[in-house]
Amino acid sequence: MAIYTKEEAKQIMEKALSFSTADTCTINLGGSESGNIRYARNTVSTSGHRSNQNMSVQVSYGKKSGIATIDEFDDESLKKVVKRAEELAKLSPENPEFMEPLGPQSYDESVTYSEATANIKPEYRAQVAASSIEPAAAKDVTSAGFLNDSSGFSAMMNSKGLFAYNKSTNASFTVTMRTNDGTGSGWVTRDVNDINKFDPVEASNVAIDKAIMSREAKAIEPGKYTVILEPAASIGLLQNMFGSFNARTADEGRSFMSKEGGGTKLGEKIVDERINVWSDPLHPDVPTATWNGAGQPLKKMKWVENGVVKNLAYSRYWAKEKGVEPVPFISNGIMEGGDASLEDLIKSTKKGILVTRLWYIRGVDPQTLLYTGLTRDGTFYIENGKIKHPVKNFRFNESPIIMLNNLEELGQQVRINGNLIPYMKVRDFTFTSLSDAV
Amino acid sequence: MKRRNFIRTAGLGAGALMLPSYLLGDTISAEALLAPGMDVAIKKRLADVALNTAKSLGASYADARIGRYLNQYVFTREDKVQNVVNTESFGIGVRVIANGTWGFASTNKVTEDGIKKATQQAVAIAKANSKIQKVPVKLAPVKSYGEVSWKTPIKKDFKEVPVSEKVDLLLSANGAAMENGANFVNSALFMVNEQKYFASTEGSYIDQDVHRIWPTFGVTAIDRSAGKFKSRQALSAPMGLGYEYMDGLDSEKIAGPAGLIGYRNSYDIIEDATAAAKQAKERLTAKSVEAGKYDLVLDPNHLGLTIHESVGHPLELDRVLGYEANYAGTSFATLDKWKSGNFKYGSDIVNLVADKTYPGSLGAVGYDDEGVKTKQWDLVRNGVLKNYQAIRDQVHMIDQNESHGCCYSQSWNDVQFQRMPNVSLEPGKEKYSVHDMIKDVEKGIYIAGRGSYSIDQQRYNFQFGGTVFYEIKNGEIVGMLDDVAYQSNTQEFWNSCAKICDKDDYRIFGSFFDGKGQPSQVSAVSHGSSTTRFNGVNVINTGRTI
Repeated sequence: MAIYTKEEAKQIMEKALSFSTADTCTINLGGSESGNIRYARNTVSTSGHRSNQNMSVQVSYGKKSGIATIDEFDDESLKKVVKRAEELAKLSPENPEFMEPLGPQSYDESVTYSEATANIKPEYRAQVAASSIEPAAAKDVTSAGFLNDSSGFSAMMNSKGLFAYNKSTNASFTVTMRTNDGTGSGWVTRDVNDINKFDPVEASNVAIDKAIMSREAKAIEPGKYTVILEPAASIGLLQNMFGSFNARTADEGRSFMSKEGGGTKLGEKIVDERINVWSDPLHPDVPTATWNGAGQPLKKMKWVENGVVKNLAYSRYWAKEKGVEPVPFISNGIMEGGDASLEDLIKSTKKGILVTRLWYIRGVDPQTLLYTGLTRDGTFYIENGKIKHPVKNFRFNESPIIMLNNLEELGQQVRINGNLIPYMKVRDFTFTSLSDAV
Repeated sequence: MKRRNFIRTAGLGAGALMLPSYLLGDTISAEALLAPGMDVAIKKRLADVALNTAKSLGASYADARIGRYLNQYVFTREDKVQNVVNTESFGIGVRVIANGTWGFASTNKVTEDGIKKATQQAVAIAKANSKIQKVPVKLAPVKSYGEVSWKTPIKKDFKEVPVSEKVDLLLSANGAAMENGANFVNSALFMVNEQKYFASTEGSYIDQDVHRIWPTFGVTAIDRSAGKFKSRQALSAPMGLGYEYMDGLDSEKIAGPAGLIGYRNSYDIIEDATAAAKQAKERLTAKSVEAGKYDLVLDPNHLGLTIHESVGHPLELDRVLGYEANYAGTSFATLDKWKSGNFKYGSDIVNLVADKTYPGSLGAVGYDDEGVKTKQWDLVRNGVLKNYQAIRDQVHMIDQNESHGCCYSQSWNDVQFQRMPNVSLEPGKEKYSVHDMIKDVEKGIYIAGRGSYSIDQQRYNFQFGGTVFYEIKNGEIVGMLDDVAYQSNTQEFWNSCAKICDKDDYRIFGSFFDGKGQPSQVSAVSHGSSTTRFNGVNVINTGRTI
């Protein structure tokens, strides 16, 4: 059993702490049970189960610290791991950026755990695979998919009196559907904390429909187009943008957030004024733990307000250097949306391209947050408010900053990779070449 | 996609402790890395427990891998040590075929009892999955090798080199970069030792000791007044060598154009960091490229990644067949193209070979992770597609009866599957230097080092950047360029291959954390080539004003 209750975790960690004679000691304890099923060519290819538990002990003497880990928690093992951490700390060089552990904190109660997800059995995973394979086969389509579900806990305790505990569950699902003539491909992704919110039949059918709709795509010239980006398409670019909300690299002058002549873009308008981004660990649709690896409480935090950079993340060390309060890094990205459905956005488009997904996204220029990548698994030409025909995939070279400055309209929000992102319509999105890939 | 996250987590500036614990194992002291592993006679006895248990439960085939995986990672920035991590992971993975279906289970309880339980679980999984299996697994025959062993032929074991020496070297390199105009520098040393024991019901007992090393850094130069920053990555390669790679021997250096130095089997990190700082600074004011068609002269330290993405991945048979459709994708190099016997992958001078044997490479082992002796084979000969990369349960699908020997698992805890072997471009047969590549180019660009890379899911359309770019005009290098990326189509690109330097310029490049599979596994692979010219490639300008 890898999932300990709050009390069980507390007891083990208190015991480990009692063996330490170092200046400070921080214990992290975690465990998880996860299961997966993978299928391809309309048959199951692999399935697996992983049970994992681990404790890490970090101790310090002055600015010297050492970490040791162990996966057994009897008294002898706990003594051994603490002793090993203490030996490593004594041998290690001083870390000038060492920060004393935090004292006691108060945290909100998280909403990340679902009993239903924790109780998933292998039969359920097989049934999910069948939900893809059977309807696919019936429509001359081949499915390849992956479901992974996990339940776990993480806990933290230190010699300054801090204690934190969280239990969470997650399930993520992706399936690619390819028509057997090789000319159409569709895809879908879903992720949930509570498996009751996941419908594998609905998801699989979305991918099958896209595969069939995308058959025999026509080539159109690359260039600048109005695009409707599904959340699965914009999330990669947006997450890269969220990653740049880091005060240290901005202050150091090596980030998009660095300002010409010195300073940072904190307080500056960088995107369209309709853009609002925040994180909220208690959001019921995209919950996260209410504390992070440094033991800091996570609260609702604004990052972009009316297009203006509202906050940059400060590590505890960097906050001390700069004489400001630490700001924990973004936990989940929530972007304000609108009322329009995908259908509404299509209806109001005279000429444009609907993008299901952007893939193989890689940074090209960190200075401008320019990224490249390709459309994949369902790219469609829109004319006079209707999808006219599928189009061949494009390579894009675009920056999320330019993309969010060229905003036309925001639609409804959808959960994607633990974030809540709206459909969006954007003008002048830059496609630079065509791809023959299906 | 996972690979990028992995590298970002493991990479410069972050601590390796954020890596999943099941991959790295427990953190230990540097001295503990030197403790001897389990005696080979005991491994044989324990492996036999797995094989015999599997057979008694009705398995038609079984293999057991007892692995001790040792890692040492050192991270520094400027004049500071950020982290030194030593880890050990030890356990056994048991794979079986029962009812014609694969089953796999693993345990870190490497005892008779623990192994029996894991084997029972593997057989139970195989039998459960056999109910939905449509076609039984068919294995290509393999020789019984008896009790054999293989070791990476290293000269210096990283485990015997004091951590302080490694830290000093990285800090010296950082210091050299800072003295030469860098504003920031991050450097790291990744060192791996896989002590792997393989046994199978085919009658092989294989003991292997595999070493890999990767020194790397990133240097950043900043112009605050202009609000600009540029970086230059190390021109090292991850290698299947011992710590002797860090010796920086002059005899292993190859002088390139514009003062660049290429490194063969020995790397001079201080010299490279010095050059990197100067070049990062120079990039701040380098000319922005004018988009258009250029002849590209590509250094092996750059071309390796292009080979990896546009030849290595599309010729993985599992991708071709659709097993990776939901993750990495499929391939344009479909079976009908291969069967035609005349599919022109590249121009006549293009010969691409796969191997798991090249000395000093990341892929080099004596036997793969399902007990097949490794070899070299042709993928593309005289420009024509000849073969794929396939393992024991795949080769029958391409009418072959001998595994290529490229099966790998990242740990005892993960099931082995087909992974990319070294894939390399053979050097040209005629005597050509890098100067010969450049001298008859009217309008071209010389590119070294790895940069941005992106390719579609069937490996047609790609875009690559680099670390440094130099403009070639009328046969001469005239200065540094910036904002360069080239876009092409795999077949078009390889068919534009015009000239290849000979073996004197041959070097290997590598990828330490290549990702594949769901759940994702990493693997290390090398790509050799000599400097090569491709004519008339489309170059875009990646500069933007915001």
